[in-house]
Amino acid sequence: MENSQIIRIENLVKRFPMGKGEFTALNGIKLSLGQGEFAGLIGPSGSGKTTLLNIIGSLDVPSEGSVTVLGRSIGALSTGEAARLRKENLGFIFQSYNLFAVHTVYENIEFPLLLLKYPATERKRMVTDALEWVGLTDKIKSKPPQLSGGECQRVAIARAMVKKPSLVLADEPTANLDAANSHNILKTMVNLNRELKTSFLFATHDDKVISYLRRKIFLLDGRVDNDIIISN
Amino acid sequence: MIKFLFKGLLRDKSRSRLPIIVVAVGVMLTVFLHAYIVGFMGDTIETNARFSTGHVKVMTRAYSDNMQQIPNDLAITGISSLLEDLDREFPGFEWTPRIQFGGLVDAPDESGETKSQGPAMGFGMDLLSESSGEAERLNLQKSLVRGKLPGSPGEILLSETFSRKLKVNPGERVTLISSTMLGGMAIHNFTISGTLFFGQEALDRGTIIADIEDVRMALDMEDATGEILGFFLDGFYNDDLALSEADRFNATFGSVSDEFAPVMKSLSRQGGMGTYVNLAKGWSTYISLIFIFAMSLVLWNAGLLGGLRRYGEVGIRLAMGEEKGHVYRSMIIESVMIGIIGSVFGTILGLSFAWLVQEYGINISGMMQGSAMLMPEAIRARITPPDFYIGFLPGIAATVIGTMLSGIGIYKRQTARLFKELEA
Repeated sequence: MENSQIIRIENLVKRFPMGKGEFTALNGIKLSLGQGEFAGLIGPSGSGKTTLLNIIGSLDVPSEGSVTVLGRSIGALSTGEAARLRKENLGFIFQSYNLFAVHTVYENIEFPLLLLKYPATERKRMVTDALEWVGLTDKIKSKPPQLSGGECQRVAIARAMVKKPSLVLADEPTANLDAANSHNILKTMVNLNRELKTSFLFATHDDKVISYLRRKIFLLDGRVDNDIIISN
Repeated sequence: MIKFLFKGLLRDKSRSRLPIIVVAVGVMLTVFLHAYIVGFMGDTIETNARFSTGHVKVMTRAYSDNMQQIPNDLAITGISSLLEDLDREFPGFEWTPRIQFGGLVDAPDESGETKSQGPAMGFGMDLLSESSGEAERLNLQKSLVRGKLPGSPGEILLSETFSRKLKVNPGERVTLISSTMLGGMAIHNFTISGTLFFGQEALDRGTIIADIEDVRMALDMEDATGEILGFFLDGFYNDDLALSEADRFNATFGSVSDEFAPVMKSLSRQGGMGTYVNLAKGWSTYISLIFIFAMSLVLWNAGLLGGLRRYGEVGIRLAMGEEKGHVYRSMIIESVMIGIIGSVFGTILGLSFAWLVQEYGINISGMMQGSAMLMPEAIRARITPPDFYIGFLPGIAATVIGTMLSGIGIYKRQTARLFKELEA
């Protein structure tokens, strides 16, 4: 399944100003990710997981080194180009869902397609497909406050997946869910990864998530400590 | 996309209803206060106009030069033709002759001897013609305390205070002692038809009102009058128009060499009224500007807070690839919509309240007891053309500026912090 590289990172260093000095969050990261991978950045708080996810998601830029995502060098992108990369190719799943509370499930999932200016009939078909993937066709008119946490995260997954992005970045997606819901969500994502060939990259320290990963990238103090690929 | 944003705006009450209410209340207060200030300042002008100055006044040049003395020996004669000329050449006014006079009112006892006497300030005005609007203009019917308005020649009205002082009642006779137009002594008997309460000490102290034909007869002023008052047909004083009309009249009818030639003076050129008119204009402007500025600050803050409150939503949109400029523009469009809707509602509400206060007024006669100044007994708002647009300035501009300022945060926001912020 995993073939062409969609992420290539060479000697990535990320420093943040701290007081009069600097704090090095990432220090010499070298990494690549192929299409269709189901991988996770694993490590304790402060290990650099979210910082690395930010840079891959074109939300931040490297201090040194190069990060290439889908053939585009993150450090060289303008803010508009970075926004376009996120809009067209990346999906985001957040720990606290971050759905639009006043919009229905349908409208939340439709939003990325509106940004991409898909025609209405196409949007309807794609949203319906996404709802089927996550098993929420009966909640189409519900609004986030009427849903459980698990259902909300499934809507967030559908929103991230509806445009069939090449890469989904998920930051602690199960942190607010109980065990049963966490497993349901993870199974859904595994299925989508298999069916749509979408790459998933998690930032997590949750054992439940880790147990589903097929590649485990351990970070420690801003460095790749271990990189384990689980064979099928 | 616009539909999506519009749905969000409609459904999120704290994003639409609350800001619209805040804007509407701010705009309503701005519109109402402006109308109220204009009305309050204008009411004093109108009260003086109704009783004394008219919106414009036509007199002889000599009478005008000594107007404070009310010199009826310098009155205008041959007014029938002059009134015809005025009606024809200046149809934007309602013209009405008035005679102001002073004198002594003597109340006799049963044997015809003087029971009481008092100095009086008199107004001769058209009370008996069916077409006359004088009784209505001076609100005489509602000011009646006892008796009735004059219905036939020889009847007069006394202020209630004056009648009590003279110990006379409606139906009794009094004698006016004054001087004729030609300088002779005038003695004329009248029957009191009713008494009036003006609510203004200057008038209540000793006013008598009689039909102008009776006054002409008493003062030997056949086809003459002290002054001809002109009132704008819409009932409100317009200084610029009054000045230009007066200049037009004086250029046509005036004569520098003839002291008995008619001259027209606008209200602002009579006595100290010019100062008051300028004061009214200035204060209306200053107070309105201060209030507009204050409301702008309030609404600016409302816009600012509205924008800041949506930081999370904006963060999601940025993370999902919406460009900063697009987010910023959509927030501005929303604030314009909120500003327009709030301003329309606020203006309608402000105009409604202003209309109520314009129609019914707020009675302050209790506060005016003891005052010698001719002021209205009820404060009334006055709706003027600026009231229809003045609220839109703070309503739209301030809301949009507030949103624009809060939106600057979008540009300065580090997308690198989005994940952390959105987890909060």
